Amino acid sequence: MSAPTGSTPRFVPQRPPVIAAGHTSASVTDKISSVVLGGTPRWLFGAFGIAFTGFMVFLFAVTCLFAKGVGIWGINIPVGWGFAIICFVWWIGIGHAGTLISAILLLLRQSWRTSINRFAEAMTLFAVAQAGLYPILHLGRPWLFYWLLPLPNTMTLWPNFRSPLIWDVFAVSTYMTVSLMFWYVGLIPDLATLRDRTKNPIGRTIYGMMAMGWRGDSRHWHNYETSYYLLAALATPLVVSVHTVVSFDFSVGVIPGWHTTIFPPYFVAGAILSGFAMVANLAIPLRHAFGLHDFITERHLENMAKIMIVTGLIVTYGYAMELFTAWYSANQYEQYAFLNRIHGPYRFTWYGLIFCNTVCSQLFWFKRIRNSVKALFVLSLVINVGMWLERFIIVVVSLSRDFLPSSWGMYFPTKFDWMTFIGTLGFFMSLMFLFIRFLPMISIFEMRTLLPGSKTKQEAA
Amino acid sequence: MHDSDGREPEHDTHGHDAGVRGSQEPALAATRAPLMERELWRSLEDRGRTPAARVRVQAEILAPLAEPTSRRSFLQLMGASMALAGLGACARQPIEKIVPYVKQPEDLVPGRPLFFATALTIAGVASPVLVESHEGRPTKIEGNPEHPASLGATDRFAQADIMRLYDPDRSTVVMHLDDISTWANCTEALRVALGEQLAKRGAGLRILTPSVTSPALAAQIGAVLAQYPDAKWVQYDPDGRDAVREASRRAFGAPMSVRYDLSNADVVVTLDSDLLTSGPGNVRYARDFMRRRRIHEGESATMNRLYAVESMPTSTGSVADHRVGLAPSEIALFTAALAAELGVAGATRPSAALPDKAARWVVAVAKELAAHRGRSLVVAGDCLPVEVQVLAFAINAALGNVGPTFVVTDPIEVRPTAQHEELAALASDMQSGRVETLLVLESNPVYDAPVDLAFGDAMRRVPNCFHLGLYRDETAELCQWHVPAVHELESWGDARAYDGTLSLQQPLVEPLYDGHSSLDVLMLVAGQTGTVLDLIRSQWQVLYGGAGFEKLWRRTLHDGFASGSQFVPRGVELRADAVRDAATRLAGTSASGNEVVLRFDPNVHDGRFANNGWLQEVPKPWTKLVWDNAAIVSAAMAHELGVETGDMVELQTDGGKVEAGVWVLPGHAERCVTAHLGYGRRRGGNVAAGAGFDAYALSTTRSRWGGPVQVRKVAGHRTLVTTQEHHDMMRRNLVRRATLEEFTANPHFAHEEGPAPARDESMFKTFEYKGNAWGVAIDLGSCTGCNACVVACNSENNIAVVGRDQVRRNREMHWIRIDRYFEGDLNDPQIHHQPVMCMQCENAPCEQVCPVAATSHSPEGLNDMVYNRCVGTRYCSNNCPYKVRRFNFYGYQDVKTPVLQLMRNPDVTIRTRGVMEKCTYCVQRINHARIDAKNENRPIRDGEIVTACQQVCPTEAIVFGDINDPESKVAKMKRETRNYGVLEDLNTRPRTTYVAKLRNPNSELEAKA
Repeated sequence: MSAPTGSTPRFVPQRPPVIAAGHTSASVTDKISSVVLGGTPRWLFGAFGIAFTGFMVFLFAVTCLFAKGVGIWGINIPVGWGFAIICFVWWIGIGHAGTLISAILLLLRQSWRTSINRFAEAMTLFAVAQAGLYPILHLGRPWLFYWLLPLPNTMTLWPNFRSPLIWDVFAVSTYMTVSLMFWYVGLIPDLATLRDRTKNPIGRTIYGMMAMGWRGDSRHWHNYETSYYLLAALATPLVVSVHTVVSFDFSVGVIPGWHTTIFPPYFVAGAILSGFAMVANLAIPLRHAFGLHDFITERHLENMAKIMIVTGLIVTYGYAMELFTAWYSANQYEQYAFLNRIHGPYRFTWYGLIFCNTVCSQLFWFKRIRNSVKALFVLSLVINVGMWLERFIIVVVSLSRDFLPSSWGMYFPTKFDWMTFIGTLGFFMSLMFLFIRFLPMISIFEMRTLLPGSKTKQEAA
Repeated sequence: MHDSDGREPEHDTHGHDAGVRGSQEPALAATRAPLMERELWRSLEDRGRTPAARVRVQAEILAPLAEPTSRRSFLQLMGASMALAGLGACARQPIEKIVPYVKQPEDLVPGRPLFFATALTIAGVASPVLVESHEGRPTKIEGNPEHPASLGATDRFAQADIMRLYDPDRSTVVMHLDDISTWANCTEALRVALGEQLAKRGAGLRILTPSVTSPALAAQIGAVLAQYPDAKWVQYDPDGRDAVREASRRAFGAPMSVRYDLSNADVVVTLDSDLLTSGPGNVRYARDFMRRRRIHEGESATMNRLYAVESMPTSTGSVADHRVGLAPSEIALFTAALAAELGVAGATRPSAALPDKAARWVVAVAKELAAHRGRSLVVAGDCLPVEVQVLAFAINAALGNVGPTFVVTDPIEVRPTAQHEELAALASDMQSGRVETLLVLESNPVYDAPVDLAFGDAMRRVPNCFHLGLYRDETAELCQWHVPAVHELESWGDARAYDGTLSLQQPLVEPLYDGHSSLDVLMLVAGQTGTVLDLIRSQWQVLYGGAGFEKLWRRTLHDGFASGSQFVPRGVELRADAVRDAATRLAGTSASGNEVVLRFDPNVHDGRFANNGWLQEVPKPWTKLVWDNAAIVSAAMAHELGVETGDMVELQTDGGKVEAGVWVLPGHAERCVTAHLGYGRRRGGNVAAGAGFDAYALSTTRSRWGGPVQVRKVAGHRTLVTTQEHHDMMRRNLVRRATLEEFTANPHFAHEEGPAPARDESMFKTFEYKGNAWGVAIDLGSCTGCNACVVACNSENNIAVVGRDQVRRNREMHWIRIDRYFEGDLNDPQIHHQPVMCMQCENAPCEQVCPVAATSHSPEGLNDMVYNRCVGTRYCSNNCPYKVRRFNFYGYQDVKTPVLQLMRNPDVTIRTRGVMEKCTYCVQRINHARIDAKNENRPIRDGEIVTACQQVCPTEAIVFGDINDPESKVAKMKRETRNYGVLEDLNTRPRTTYVAKLRNPNSELEAKA
């Protein structure tokens, strides 16, 4: 359905191509593998240096945390959760776009996903890795984190299966495992390509081991396709389930602003919104830096913008319904919780949220904005901020004023809160840079299938 | 080398060992021999002076090292060391030896506390207590249930005294100037100084003590004065109640003590008096007052009525049916007008006009008082001027209250004096060099004397100052000699309670440091030998001599007080001229200009508790301020000054000036600013350092408790830390309340929101509580917000003090808190107290969300917290609608300071970093009682278990018990129609419920208000 070649299917409007004209199998392979096999561009050292400094900040903050305790953060009673849980939810949300792109769009035969799925999956993996750190770091006694796992023990003590945090453990670890498998399985043919192409003996050994003896045999391809589609089918429900479970952390609670049934769909939509925003934030600079305009085309960017319009609308509906339900419930605690969001001491976060997620996501209705790479980049950043604010409001603003006015209290992040957050950004970017330097950030073999004349093209229709 | 612990002979059974040792024995004998002759030796080399011995000693020490090491044995040793190092790392705790008693002390069962009756004093007045002692160390203070001044309760100060005993900042050694010295050197210096005085009949000797009610101490001072006839004994306490003494001297012709009998009073008027929570007898007053106020269904529905006239809102004012804020000078006018309205003989109506509201009050209150002759009471606060006190006496006398409610007795002080005059005389004597030797016994005048006396400067002129005190404080710093005092729990003594009941103090523990008591020092001064105990016994023999003394002594030692020693009421004759004189003087005064109101702090009192972390961290009534004092003003005055809470103002009186942070308090009187004394300690200890400003700098001999002040806004800001920033109930029906009339008309007013969800309305199967089911009911009408429960809980449950900065971050650890809400007019609000501890919800939101099941339900309905299992997600706290859970954000417990380890209750686990904690309903006490009941094969009796907060509560507001037992007190309370649960509509099914508050307002005043 994509390329401007062959039989024109029914009334599909003419769309920009998902791969620029004039490419051959060899040129695609050359172009993508050269990023890995060529020299390291100078800017990458600088960029990696900055990211790695961020990682060091993270290590410093975590060392202080383990040495002194969670008291170095701004959390308190009543606000028992702060940046750690906000960032946990935020990172998990970001991860969602990767899974959505790779699994759901694969099953829906959206061939345009091919050029962005690899690094979107990497992004998922690294984002979930960041997210996974927080629940451990935020524990009062982090060295006992394994008590959340159902490990057999002589005391016959089990975790409390009624607790959403236990559901979280399962949801996130499953998600992490499936994402890793999916990403790795998808990498195998390309690892073989790199093994065959690299002139570096060490690289050849490592790529060779990772390629697991891939020879391009038809049986290999058969097994590959089967497992890849199976994993995609496994990953698909996870897109919905993980953030649903994460939202249970809140909706199972009794706190006004938490205790609401709208959370699961609203969290999933928010996750996808922030995930696509993050993909756009990563894809645009990469495309520019490595000259990948031919593979990550205007059409990709436009599609992502469209998804942001939809998910932006869904979260806006969520915001509206929350307000409506609070009013309609005639429950004074609920009503106050939402009035407090709008009128309380943290009202700037609520206005920021509406601006970022509702106003900015809807700007993509304008074709000029949607098609402007710069605007897309900036608005995606804004949306990421907005989604972070959304979690801030849910976690902090709800907790800061609940039932008894006597125990209300404000939360102010400390420098350690910020250092941990910025640190995970650095950690995430470090992993991203290592990934683009050492692994093909676009799936080589899948790109080749998009070329005119490729056999699998009929499938794509 | 030989072990020194006596296990050595066992090893000697091995032949080889014995041989080696045997050969070394003569050498060691040689080295040991000279030791007998020489007193000191530095080292083994020093001991073995002969070359031969030296060689042997070296051989003995170095033998294992001198052997040649083969590669093999080296590796063996290395391997063994590594393995041992590894094993060593496995041991998480150092090895401690637990040794059983060789001779078991009588009655002592390890693990079971013993209780001893004794007394603690403030300004000489005894608070009778029972002290819980665990294997010889006192850990908790309770009231003495048999003593009329306590009836089992205490105030917050007595609760916190245990922390003073174990305060690491206490003075531990004798100091001479800035050097550590010894008791022997000090006594020598004292002997020399006294030797000089003996020749002069003691003309240059002064002894400064706090108020003395102790017969033994007074007798001992008498003995000293007999030897030094020209010496002078000066008593001084900042809360010396001079005005009351002087007023009784004027009104009755002799200094008398006054106590109140609130159990007979239907109408009480307090004039700037925190009758129910501060001062002598407050615990008993609070109990009597509330007993006459509580309404039980089916019984007569009458309540007493309290009118409070005060400048700084107090806890007493918070439970008043009517409260009016007046500046001190207006209170004086009010009293004069009230006396005139009542037609008291000699009273004159003041010429100056009162504010409208106060003028209305005069009429209404006078009418009410006149209607309750003999059943009413007017109480003037200790800080009011003598004239007001005299008029208050006169009003009570005119109303026929003297006897039934207003009880006049012999003075409880052995020698009632005008303390400020005595102190001023002492200061001028010191200035003029007439004082050569000064003994300061457990007082701190350099800090708490009026500034115009310049006591510190005067003291510098005294060549020999000896100071005895618990701390090396501001006064000790200026004395040549400082001797650490023993705490009252470390020494023998005696003292009288507010009603004259004579209490005996007994030591609970050996003095922790090289401390001495006042009696000790005075025995030395008098040149006596013997023990303090003998001294007290001999003095008591004088009082209660004769046959059967031994029996009486033992009885007293057991009970803590001599029963029947309460002073009997004395008939007194009011002097009409004194009343006329006082009334005339007051009539001439007027109220204008700003005034400063200097009062004792509700937490640190006169400053003696400034180094007490528990008291510093307890939120003060009304303000909920911690770790600080402030310049407290009304909203209108703040507006006039252009300041807000936290802004700085400068207060200037004729005594001096201070800068203070402003606190805007609804209900505070206009035209005046309250500054609490007791803060700004220069040498108060590590805890007191940096807390607040020193309001004594504003206090002079003429205006001891405040006077005219200039208030000026200055630059700067002080972050005043409070535990409760919101004081509006937000139209949430948390504290349910009604007037008596409304209650009579609608007994179900507390349930207008409809019933709580039905018991089966839950996803989970409803648990049947078949055995005991613990619950608490709290009578909101009885709570004065005095904080005794909070301190008691701290002490019982080893709750950490977290400090000012952590409280600022909302991380205080109190398991029970007293929520405070204002209602109504900003300038004249009603205040509601609500003690909140864990509700022990049957359907607890915290339990469902804990991922590791660290908080789960007991079959008796307790919401148990398993500290060992807690990983610290804080999810339970987030999901707690009452926010009663407390988290150890850091390792808050000071586990390193050894002396603090003695303080802790061994029945309660110390919580480490990263663990959640909360109220357990004192589960350790429940378990003790359960064990006892099981041993005796009987059910647990109602009232057998009392929680720490319940036990200390002076007003019996908190009741704990088995709600499955229909006859239990708590079950009965929960059956009252006013009983309700907070946030019951969340289906939490709280086990802690509240009995709605009732007020008894005067319809005449209420209608006009």
